[in-house]
Amino acid sequence: MSTSTVTPPPKKTNRLGLEVLSYKGSKTTLCAGCGHNSISERIVECFYELGVNPYNVAKFSGIGCSSKSPAYFLGMSHGFNGVHGRMPAIATGAILANRTMLGLGVTGDGDTASIGIGQFMHLVRRNIPMIYVIEDNGVYGLTKGQFSATADIGSTQKTGAANDLPPFDCCALAMKWGATFVARSFSGDKKQLQAIIKTAIAHNGLSVIDVISPCVTFNDHQGSTKSYGYMKDHESVLQELDFVPSYDDIAVDIPEGGVMDVQMHDGSHLRIRKLGRDYDPTDRLAGLKWLEDAEAKGEVLTGVLYVNPDKPMFLDMLNLADAPLATLPQTKTRPSREILEEVLEELR
Amino acid sequence: MSTLEVSPSEPVSGPSGHTITNDFSIQVATVNGSGSQTANTVLMRSLFQMGIPVSGKNMFPSNIAGLPTWFTIRASKQGYIGRRKEIDFLVAMNPETAREDVMKLDRGAAVVYDEPLKLNQLRSDLHFYPVPFDKLVAPVCPDAKLRKLVRNMIYDGVVAFLLSIEMDEVHKALVKQFGKRKAKAADLNWGAAKAGFEFAARTFTKSDPYRAERMNATAGKIIIDGNAACALGAMFAGVTVVTWYPITPSSSLVESLIGYLKRFRHDPETGKATYAVVQAEDELASIGMALGAGWAGARSMTATAGPGISLMSEFIGLGYYAEIPAVVFDVERVGPSTGLPTRTQQGDILTNAILSHGDTKHPMFFPCSPEECFSMAIEAFDFAEQFQTPVFVMTDLDLGMNNWMADPFPYPEKPIERGKVLTGEDLDRLGGFARYKDVDGDGVGYRTLPGTKHPLASYFTRGSGHNERALYTEREDDYIHNMDRLAHKFEAMRKHVPGPVVRLAEGAEIGFIAVGTSDYAVRESCDQLRAEYGIEASYIRFRGYPFSEHLQDFIRRHERVYVVDQNRDAQLLALMRLELDPDLIAKLRSIRYYGGLPLDARTVTDETISQEGK
Repeated sequence: MSTSTVTPPPKKTNRLGLEVLSYKGSKTTLCAGCGHNSISERIVECFYELGVNPYNVAKFSGIGCSSKSPAYFLGMSHGFNGVHGRMPAIATGAILANRTMLGLGVTGDGDTASIGIGQFMHLVRRNIPMIYVIEDNGVYGLTKGQFSATADIGSTQKTGAANDLPPFDCCALAMKWGATFVARSFSGDKKQLQAIIKTAIAHNGLSVIDVISPCVTFNDHQGSTKSYGYMKDHESVLQELDFVPSYDDIAVDIPEGGVMDVQMHDGSHLRIRKLGRDYDPTDRLAGLKWLEDAEAKGEVLTGVLYVNPDKPMFLDMLNLADAPLATLPQTKTRPSREILEEVLEELR
Repeated sequence: MSTLEVSPSEPVSGPSGHTITNDFSIQVATVNGSGSQTANTVLMRSLFQMGIPVSGKNMFPSNIAGLPTWFTIRASKQGYIGRRKEIDFLVAMNPETAREDVMKLDRGAAVVYDEPLKLNQLRSDLHFYPVPFDKLVAPVCPDAKLRKLVRNMIYDGVVAFLLSIEMDEVHKALVKQFGKRKAKAADLNWGAAKAGFEFAARTFTKSDPYRAERMNATAGKIIIDGNAACALGAMFAGVTVVTWYPITPSSSLVESLIGYLKRFRHDPETGKATYAVVQAEDELASIGMALGAGWAGARSMTATAGPGISLMSEFIGLGYYAEIPAVVFDVERVGPSTGLPTRTQQGDILTNAILSHGDTKHPMFFPCSPEECFSMAIEAFDFAEQFQTPVFVMTDLDLGMNNWMADPFPYPEKPIERGKVLTGEDLDRLGGFARYKDVDGDGVGYRTLPGTKHPLASYFTRGSGHNERALYTEREDDYIHNMDRLAHKFEAMRKHVPGPVVRLAEGAEIGFIAVGTSDYAVRESCDQLRAEYGIEASYIRFRGYPFSEHLQDFIRRHERVYVVDQNRDAQLLALMRLELDPDLIAKLRSIRYYGGLPLDARTVTDETISQEGK
């Protein structure tokens, strides 16, 4: 029997003194190799590394494989797995009730682009301050492989059946109608996805992140345009991204040539280094054109597609109180006896 | 020159006949969009200000301009404010409906009409008062564009003369209607009213028996529609998140609320709003936002009508199963489908009781008056948080959109009740919690709010199967246990919904059961049955669902019990059948009205007599 007294190495913690374990959730029940699991891992890393207080995060999802995943990260945050396609409404209500919460929504392409397209568009239109991650695999996994509305024209199911309708590009929709941080990434690109998620955490407004996340069981075959193989051949990475948190002591250097520096609402910085192509993520209209052209060429552009840290978001338009509405005391929410009398007098 | 245009062969009672004081109904038939609303409101207010109990009912089309609309004002010294079918005094302004309106009148009724319509040729047993509206309006309203709007005010003056309504009160009502900012408009309208009065005074010899006389039965009372009363209740309940999608007849509930919130719910120090109102993209979103807000701890609400209820069905099931508070005001209108959007019905009772798929049950409150709209709105917010579930406040178009005389609302003395919410300190003390565990025996678990700073505070809310700890499960025993607890929670609500109003008549063999606005007709009908047939009837009005144990007691006490429904399929009765023993069901009979107008006493009385075999 060992009676070893070796002290374990000190545990690694973030600036809040929390271990990475505090950011994990329950064990995933998704398929081994599912892109969604990689996204969950990135979420854990980003929230841990930035030292986001898990008590201040509210997780939201709709229905589908993607929407199960909030159970697999940030176990110390409240979560709400709602109904199919209607996560935006739940998230909007919850954020109105408590504006101090950081909303993190995870959805799929069926949940967002098919049944939920209406709520998605109105979430975009309102620029609700939250992170909205679309785990985009072009199929309904949980009902075994039917096409979703992001499936590309001509892409095929496992059975060989081809999709004959054009896809919705959720990023283009988000850019057109009001989201203020829009990015596309690939579940297999750890560094890019991390920088994007971290920027979204810092952003004050709606962040729409469309992550191509292959479904290993129903849409990872030849003929799929959302497979690992297809992404390997057709992904066109626009930029090299670097996120510099606001609390980092590193003095903000003057960006070198070819590097764009975007200061986010919380004082952190997004460094964007162009890779070959001259994409300007602050030019919304040009970006839409880029997406259109890429689609025609069968390319998948990834990176930061649009960023606008200055546009007013919904809560400011409502002139909402700073403290959470949810816990305002009665003195703030029930008008006085005199006010009731004043109203009644008007009705006499 | 006589202006009493009656056929000599069938004379009706002339000026020497009997007088009927403070007991008549006036119907004004106009075209919508013609500004008649102002004239009608002023007429109603004038009677109210003379101390006479009064009610006003607007029967309007689902249209903005050009279709027929009728406004009925009932004055009743006995205080009956339900609709009265019989019209005593018609103001016929709409050429399209004038003929039919006149033909429907009972003998002896009076008709003020636009002279060119020549309505006096239609019948000889009515009192006709022709008024040349166009001729009268021109001198008092030089601007031809405004004449259409001012013209109606002339009939206020004519009717004031004929019914002895005091012109000072007409003036007061006008000023109130237009407010200080529209003094010019008030002046213009006052000129028209005076012109009508003066014309009538110099032209007509009164021949009908109807007359208004000052009473003292409205002192201190207010006039308000049910929607505004619900809105006030919501504001004083401390509502913080309001989400809605416009739909008749509920839109004005939220619009009133927005008006009140803007005035009274901004922090005096910061000027910031202590509420959020969102006009959603549809009812799927409005209820979703309300539930999201309720989950996060807000006092949240939405308001809608039947078609919205249908759309909300899925989310209401989530609210039931995930146990999230929210208040849904359902201002019922005539269905199915688009139905008659501007007519009244109690059409959603059965739907709402079990709205959504699977086994679901929802509490409902049934206010019948503005006073109850106010008080029950406040109770509903407490109830929703106490029982952590969506609550329906069931009003209808009649209550919601019509103006009602009401007693001033008492200030809510009971502090706001937020239900079972655990704080971080509680969690320290308890060492954790299980969200769906029935700790107190009432079926209601304890919840935490997002943002609670404690490592044990979080839980995962879902509409899929969950156990006591809110963890995913498909286990048979977990599912049954949870559903049984929810059923138990519903049973516990019986004692907490607003209690019934019971009126037991001594020796009565029959009784009535009703909810909401059926109240006015049923109460008046009880009096009619006693006065006209010598029949005593008891009456119980339920104000909440699930029904309290009074239901069984009441049925047992009587031989036959008439359940009054404002819908075709006897929805209230059907709901009772779901939980009553066969011997009690056997005693139930049904009185149903579903024509879209507010229920009237005569309909209830006639149907009762017919079923009683008398």
